[in-house]
Formats: sequence, C-alpha cells, structure tokens
Amino acid sequence: MKCERCPKQATMHITEVLGDRYEEVHVCEDCANKYLAEPAKKKGAAKKKGAPATADGPDEAPPAVGPACPACGLSYLEFRNQGRFGCAHDYDAFKAELLPLLESIHGDVRHVGKAPRRVPRAQGAQVELTALRRKLQQLVTEENYEEAARVRDRIKELENG
Amino acid sequence: MNLDKLLPNLGEWLRGTGPESDVVLSTRIRLARNLADLPFGTRATAAHKGEVVARAKEAVAKAGAAHKLEYLDIPNIAALDRQFLVERQLISRELAGGLDGPRGVAFDPTETASVMVNEEDHLRLQVLRSGFALDDAWRDIDRLDDALEQRLSYAFHAQFGYLTACPTNVGTGMRASVMLHLPALGLTKQIDKVFRALQKINLAVRGLHGEGSRAFGDLYQISNHVTLGKSEPKILNEIREVIVTILDYERKARTALLKERRQAEHDRAARAIGTLGSATMITTEETMELLSAVRLGIHLHLLDGIPVTAVNQLFIHTQSAHLQKLAGHALDGEERNAARAKYLKTKLRELNSHRQ
Repeated sequence: MKCERCPKQATMHITEVLGDRYEEVHVCEDCANKYLAEPAKKKGAAKKKGAPATADGPDEAPPAVGPACPACGLSYLEFRNQGRFGCAHDYDAFKAELLPLLESIHGDVRHVGKAPRRVPRAQGAQVELTALRRKLQQLVTEENYEEAARVRDRIKELENG
Repeated sequence: MNLDKLLPNLGEWLRGTGPESDVVLSTRIRLARNLADLPFGTRATAAHKGEVVARAKEAVAKAGAAHKLEYLDIPNIAALDRQFLVERQLISRELAGGLDGPRGVAFDPTETASVMVNEEDHLRLQVLRSGFALDDAWRDIDRLDDALEQRLSYAFHAQFGYLTACPTNVGTGMRASVMLHLPALGLTKQIDKVFRALQKINLAVRGLHGEGSRAFGDLYQISNHVTLGKSEPKILNEIREVIVTILDYERKARTALLKERRQAEHDRAARAIGTLGSATMITTEETMELLSAVRLGIHLHLLDGIPVTAVNQLFIHTQSAHLQKLAGHALDGEERNAARAKYLKTKLRELNSHRQ
C-alpha cells in the first residue's frame, strides 16, 4: 500500500475515532510522525499520544471523547465526567491522559509501598514485561504499529525501571 | 446476625480507652481493593456485583481466626438497621442508601474490623482502634488484607499500585483517619488556624461522618489525602507528626482555659449536664454539643464521678437509629427528640444515684 501523502510505502495504519465513526489513515513513517504531531483538526478526534490538544485556533475545541477502554467500553470523556473508572484496564487505556491528572492529585505518578504478597514487587514488573512482550509480538503480527509503539515504550520504561 | 445484640456495646471507636484518649477518640484505617477481572461499581451489572459478593464472602469466611468476620447482606436488612450500622461506623452512608444491587458488610463481633463489599470499590477493608493507634491499626489491616489476598486476585498495577474506582485512592488505596475531640481549640478560636495549616500539608479535615459532614460536638477526623507515591508507613508517619502537634495545641489550650477561666468552664460543664438532664425535647446536634462540654469538663477534672465511657454511651445511644432500636419501634423527628430527652434524663439520674 502506498502512503496517502507521499510516494513512499505506507507502513503505519492509523484508525481515528471520530465520535461514532472511524477514519483510516495509511501513511509512511515520516508522514505518520507529521500526522501525529498535527493538532486534532476535527471535533471529537482522538487525542494522540504525544500530541497534546494545542489551542492554536481562536475557537478552542470541546474536550475530546478520547480513547475508550477496550475491556469495559468507558470513554475518557465519560471518565472525566463521572470521575470514576469502569474497570482495572482503564488505567492503561487512559494512561497518557491520566499521568497529568495523577500528578496534580498526588504529586506523583508511581506507587510506592505494599504490593500483593502473591506477586513480589520485582516479580510484578517481570510478569508485566512478559505479558507486554507477548502482546508486542501479537500487535506486530496484526500490523497494529501504533499500539505496538506504545507497548514498546512501556517495555523500555520497565526495563530501565 | 442479630444486630440488637450490638446495642449495649459501645463499639470499638467509642470504647474511650487507648493511647491519648483524652483527645483522640479513635483511629481508623481503610484499604480500597478491587478484583482484577470484574468491572468496577459504575460499570457493573447486578450479576457482576453478585459475583463480587460470592467471592468476597468465601474469602472472608476463610480469612483465618484473627478476625472472625460475619457477613451481612445490606439489601436484606431494614433501613433502620442500615442507619444503625452507619452510626456504629461499620458502613458508609453510601453503602446504606446511595447504592443499589448486591452489597454487604462483614465485621467481627468486637466491631474492630469490617469489610464493605460493593461500595465504591469492590472491597473496602477497615480497622478501627480506640485511641491513637496508627501502628496497631496498620498491623491489623495489613494482616487482614494479606489473608483476603490469598483467595482473591486483586487489581494491582506495576506502576500505579492498587487500582481503585476513583483516581484519588489509587496506589496504596489507604486512608488513615484519626478522630479528635478538640473543644478547647474551638473555644479559644484557634481551630480554623490549625485546619488551614493542615490543608497546606495535604491532610483533610472532616466531620464525624466523613466527607461533607459537619463537625458536631467538636469532633474532627484528620486523614491523609495522598495515596500515590508514598509508602503506607510514610503516610502514617506524616499523620502521626501532625496529630502529635495538634494534641499538644489542644492540651495547651485546655491548660490555659483552666488557668484563666476555671470557674466559667466549671459552670459551662455543669449547665450542660443540667440541660441534658432536664430537657424534654432535644436534637442530636444539641446533645452532641452538650456532651462535648461534659467530656471536656471530665478531662479538666471539673466534674466528678462521671466516667468518659458513660458520656460515650450517651453519645452513641442518642443517635437516631440507636434511639429507635432502644425504643423498639420507628419514631418521627419530634418523637425522637422527646425520646432522646427522656433517655438522657433517665441515664443521668442513674449516674447520679450511683455517685451518692
């Protein structure tokens, strides 16, 4: 498949969630980086990791619906409105949006303290790493490179721990 | 479980003993815990909640001998009994009335440990201790948590710790609160200053029944706000340091009161007893305010022969649901005020006859 924006081969396949419909974008790596750096141009467009909703226009866009949790279906907007998570997976689904929120509530974004005895702390990270590596492989097989990049970053983070 | 058998007991939080009990009524620690594979409260169906209850009941039943917890289904019990459990600090107002679907509470006969099921989080563990006892309370709840965890798979995240329904609880999931009686700081108008200082260091101040409740009878709960990024012992230490300072302020204010206006304070305490013993209608709020004056009078050694435990008993028994259980039937607002006055009159007369 050709990149939609230049003659190169499309290697990134991005699905934009626009309210109740989807838009697919097929681009090469360079154009993908540019695309992701662009501010959300349409109302309700999914906020991308690393692309904060910059208010460069005079009319500031209403808050994005944001990502939705694949496990319970809760959207980030719903979470912000009611202030409650729907399930344990929301913390990963909304991680990018959550970090500044947790920072402002707690002044920190990393747990220190008790961990379940069944999963000793170091082992806890190991368990997550193992699961993430498996997930990464699967995502690459599925050509879901955007999510794969996110998983790869998390693995790096854990490895540097 | 027959709740009526709890009625004569004071419950742990009003036992009136424990360290620093002249100022600190009780110490409470709660832990928020969720099961990894089930949706949280707002996304849970009745079937999900039923599953949480089933698993929690089994884990609680097998949690070991240290805490023999008995489970009570909240939807199955009368509104009055729910209110009764709220007054005994065993369940929250939300669990009693604000939520629906399968939910409940397990607690031990001494009322020191309880586990709410399907409150905001799947599990809310709580340990109550009389007096200033953060370390003891932590040791107890840590053990209870370990025992439950052997049979339940908690939602735990390598970065964020224990995952909770509300982001304000994530991390340790721990809220430690200390219930203080601060009448002298109130009388000498220093209380606001103390609380402004507390808010600056991220500790929360609440009334008797937690968030949003007014501080009646000079009772205040001080609790930690931050749950992420600090270990449990560190959070407990920060609270401890602050409580020690407040204790010192309150005691200094009491000493100053004795020194500067002993007669006036004696008069205030004596009049409080007089009103409690002769009113024919009295609200919970007025009762709490007057009992606060009596309690202070006892600690200043201005009143003889009234044990603090008696004040605590009057305090708990004059709460609405307790009063109605003592009466054996429901009472409306006016009837309650009359019944409360009658109860106080009888009890104070009994106390008086013991003294002579």
